[in-house]
Amino acid sequence: MAEATGVLVLGELAGGELASVSQELLAAGRKLADDLGEELTIALLGASVEGASQQAISYGADRVYAVTHPLLEEYQVDLNLAALESLCQETNPNVLLIARTESGRELAPRLAFRLGVGLAQDCLEVSVDPAAKRLLANRPVYGGNAIAVISCDLTPQIAAVRPKVYEPLEPDPSRQGQVVSFPVELESSQARTRIVERVEETSTGIKLEDARVVVSGGRGLGGPEPFAHLEELAKVMGGAVGASRAAVDSGWVPVAYQVGLTGKTITPEIYIMVAISGASQHMAGCSGAKVIVAINKDSEANIFREARYGVVGDWEQIIPAFTAAVRELVQS
Amino acid sequence: MALKIGVLAKQVIDPEMPMAAFRVDSDANKVVTPPNIPPVVNGFDENAVEAALLLKDAQEATITVISSGTEFALDVMKKPLSMGADELILLQDDAFGNTIDSFFTARVLAEAVRKLEGFDLIICGRQASDWDNAQVPLGLAELLGLSCIALCRKVDVSDGKVTAECTTPDGYEVVEADLPALVTVSNELGQPRYPTLRGIMAATRKKPTIWTMSDLGMDSAELEPRVTLRSLFVPETGQDCEYIEGENAADAGRQLALKLREDKLI
Repeated sequence: MAEATGVLVLGELAGGELASVSQELLAAGRKLADDLGEELTIALLGASVEGASQQAISYGADRVYAVTHPLLEEYQVDLNLAALESLCQETNPNVLLIARTESGRELAPRLAFRLGVGLAQDCLEVSVDPAAKRLLANRPVYGGNAIAVISCDLTPQIAAVRPKVYEPLEPDPSRQGQVVSFPVELESSQARTRIVERVEETSTGIKLEDARVVVSGGRGLGGPEPFAHLEELAKVMGGAVGASRAAVDSGWVPVAYQVGLTGKTITPEIYIMVAISGASQHMAGCSGAKVIVAINKDSEANIFREARYGVVGDWEQIIPAFTAAVRELVQS
Repeated sequence: MALKIGVLAKQVIDPEMPMAAFRVDSDANKVVTPPNIPPVVNGFDENAVEAALLLKDAQEATITVISSGTEFALDVMKKPLSMGADELILLQDDAFGNTIDSFFTARVLAEAVRKLEGFDLIICGRQASDWDNAQVPLGLAELLGLSCIALCRKVDVSDGKVTAECTTPDGYEVVEADLPALVTVSNELGQPRYPTLRGIMAATRKKPTIWTMSDLGMDSAELEPRVTLRSLFVPETGQDCEYIEGENAADAGRQLALKLREDKLI
């Protein structure tokens, strides 16, 4: 078998457009490909992927594999796995980057096992070891308390990269690239799970992941009622409300509010954390926040080691006064 | 026929331990097991035991818990038995170290599942709190060729099918698959039940089955590594926090607003 070559990015589509996570991955992949002296390719899976192909090239791809089949119209993990498995066997990439999104976090390990290779899961950084010309991946372990640097021993070397850690390149619409059609053969019987129903539970208003300001509450709030104060503050600041896992596990707010390692990854300009101790598992979801503000009555709480601004005291006194002052400042 | 359920459970360093006790031996590339802090059953794996028990509450079922490792704290690993599981299989061998290589662990577990002649349903926690790999369950489904549903918060079985509610970024979806299947569960499933006194006494009398690598008919030569841990370190975190003070707490809240205004953040 010919030697594996090239950096392949698994693209994701959002409403027919190239998803922002895929733009990020192309930036990460571009650097790897240049350091390896190899080509950067992207796989786009769907019933038709024309719209996103040129976008992918403008964001850095040298070549697009348009992996198409009518059954790929709706995302189904088994069918996507089968399509990707044949693409990998056919094109023999050296490196494969997958975004650790809701779909990627299931697909990446299953693809790695199917191909019989290793996977670096949930990476914060991917680079090329200059001596060995192999992929090096930094990933948080032990709830983010430690970082492991790992390498994959076989090819493709697969890394699942955490969303929002790489910035997309400036798109260049004049960039040239090749679009290669890669039709796959799939049977509907390959889909081993069926989606019976989809239910949305999110609060109305600004999405947590997109919000410029996020106000989160934790265990120290003591119940669901105080979240009304956080909602009010978020409204005044044009933001969204999040929560720690403790608040979600207590049933105070829906699961969709959870920020952290097993919840959402957010990158707001301002992250206001109310009565959250700041365990590394929570910080894993908000380390990309520009400014963290901590309000906690425990002056020893870990969060004061991570925050830019801290107020030690009772949130019941602080939040209403803070909200009123912000309202005044915003209106003035 | 009783539903045959397998649950994977891992013994981990207590993630709730004080952060000050967390140490990395950078020469050996491993986390130092803190003295005087007993290990625990991985939290998400307790959710998996709970999911199995909820099924067993509603229908005839047997629950077999499987764990792989080099040494076990028996009183800790018997917790699923005291919660109500029927049987505990410990895959214990010096070769079964706590590796970051999920492929190795999944291969060992797959062999044990085959030796047990398979399950109707395997339930796993979404990830272990040590390596946070979230790979072994999904890999096991691949190795065994099982249908797979990830990140469930509710699991039901009837008519040879598993129906699960899976968490999505905006809510949940209801997904079904034919048995045999593997599902992973998360904390959204709800609090695991506490062992009852009767459960604890029953667990005391139960002896785990212990299988070594040779009992599984495996040879370390066939377990070629897939990933290599190059280094392990504690990241530099933290910054100097500027404490905002005031005449009282309410005033501190107002001062905070003024400070954010000063920084043009609001």
